[in-house]
Amino acid sequence: MIGPKEKSHERTSQRSRSRGQSTKPVIQTERERVMSGVRVLVGTRKGAFILTSDAQRAKWKVSGPHFAGWEIYHLKGSQVDPNRLYASQCSGWFGQLIQRSDDGGKTWEPVGNEFTYEGATGTHLWYDGTQHPWEFKRVWHLEPSLTERDTVYAGVEDAALFKSIDGGKSWQELAGLRGHSSGPWWQPGAGGMCLHTIVLDPSNPGRMFIAISAAGVFRTDDAGQTWRPINRGLVSEQIPDPKAEVGHCVHRIAMHPSRPNVLFMQKHWDVMRSDDSGENWHEVSGNLPTDFGFPIDVHTHEPETIYVIPIKSDSEHYPPEGKLRVYRSRTGGNEWEALTKGLPQEYCYVNVLRDALCVDALDPCGLYFGTTGGQVYGSADAGDSWSPIVRDLPAVLSVEVQTLS
Amino acid sequence: MIRVVLPAHLRTLARFDDDVELQIEGPVTQRTVLDAIEARFPMLRGTIRDHVTKKRRAFVRFYACEEDLSNESPDAPLPDAVAAGVEPFLVIGAMAGG
Repeated sequence: MIGPKEKSHERTSQRSRSRGQSTKPVIQTERERVMSGVRVLVGTRKGAFILTSDAQRAKWKVSGPHFAGWEIYHLKGSQVDPNRLYASQCSGWFGQLIQRSDDGGKTWEPVGNEFTYEGATGTHLWYDGTQHPWEFKRVWHLEPSLTERDTVYAGVEDAALFKSIDGGKSWQELAGLRGHSSGPWWQPGAGGMCLHTIVLDPSNPGRMFIAISAAGVFRTDDAGQTWRPINRGLVSEQIPDPKAEVGHCVHRIAMHPSRPNVLFMQKHWDVMRSDDSGENWHEVSGNLPTDFGFPIDVHTHEPETIYVIPIKSDSEHYPPEGKLRVYRSRTGGNEWEALTKGLPQEYCYVNVLRDALCVDALDPCGLYFGTTGGQVYGSADAGDSWSPIVRDLPAVLSVEVQTLS
Repeated sequence: MIRVVLPAHLRTLARFDDDVELQIEGPVTQRTVLDAIEARFPMLRGTIRDHVTKKRRAFVRFYACEEDLSNESPDAPLPDAVAAGVEPFLVIGAMAGG
């Protein structure tokens, strides 16, 4: 572990022997000259932490806790302005806040926290089979626009999608989603009825994908006005009709920006793939030791290379055999290899939550994930080897990374 | 002057690490005190009571003069000692957890 006393090299792209990383001559790639470091944004049960490193990703500076004592479900930076960050801050006592930074996380300002459902609140299916009013609880995920600096989306519990076009100061529900005819039949999973995944299509500004536990995946092609479920091919034995159009517990979906029609999914059980923008899904769990899990992500430079972190089962939220293993497929699924170097291979009983795995844009591609045991692991070689960046944080809820220039 | 004591997390959020002193014209009630707090510290809107319904959040309590006033009407007058600034109005994060 590299401690917080290490000097940050955030703004430099130079590699030199004096930092002791290599005795070989280092040829710097064009990508590394442009992208000189990373900033890892970590949300935990008791605050946020920001981990920064240069492009070698060997020495880290740690700042935090920010918002000490508050649950930070998610932080994410804007691709339009990387110094603009958003954080979802909440507590059981004082509710939901949204914090915004315009200086890369050095300072923060609370912005708008009023998430009011549009129109008649309506009802959804409750655990006991009755209808239950929609009730706002928290923001699970913040997704800044790919093109507009002041536009950001928020996925909330009870499941709904909100949009801000003023940098988070005010929020309007995209009510067509919750107003879908299946809405009254959405039902919470054990973790609540949360809209936890928002994927924007970089090639089509009108298209986005969202996922709800436990309703499934929905797609809009008109910038959020109308939505339809895209769950054909999902099979969930835990629901009365395993092939139902709506009702699946989708945990996470991921896309490579160069191929927006290809989606990967970690479902409650099953790893799935779609090659037609979600119209049809097929299973690619292949030789995984278990196909239960939460996060899934795609290698930055290899659209057919994907990563999951298998978890034993829905009641045993820890790795099988107590061995923490990231699994990588270089074939877009079905054929998986365990990545274990540097990860604990005995007595490891942590979980890795759905927003807690991410990839950077450096070459080699870097990966990061956080655990409910408070470790954040990093790999600077596409998963071949890992080391803990920090290991004693509060339970990690989310990990995002920004590649800095 | 009405004195209001905020819990630590809300003082941090408001960036005001002290008791809050408020001048309130007219009746001194939970509603008028909270209106004044939120006017002075807009970032606290939604943290003590709901934005729309104005209902107290479940794990926030209101104490004054060694009494729990949490379930009193928001429009009921607060004790004279609070209105006179002798006793503070306490906003408390309830004991919750284990």
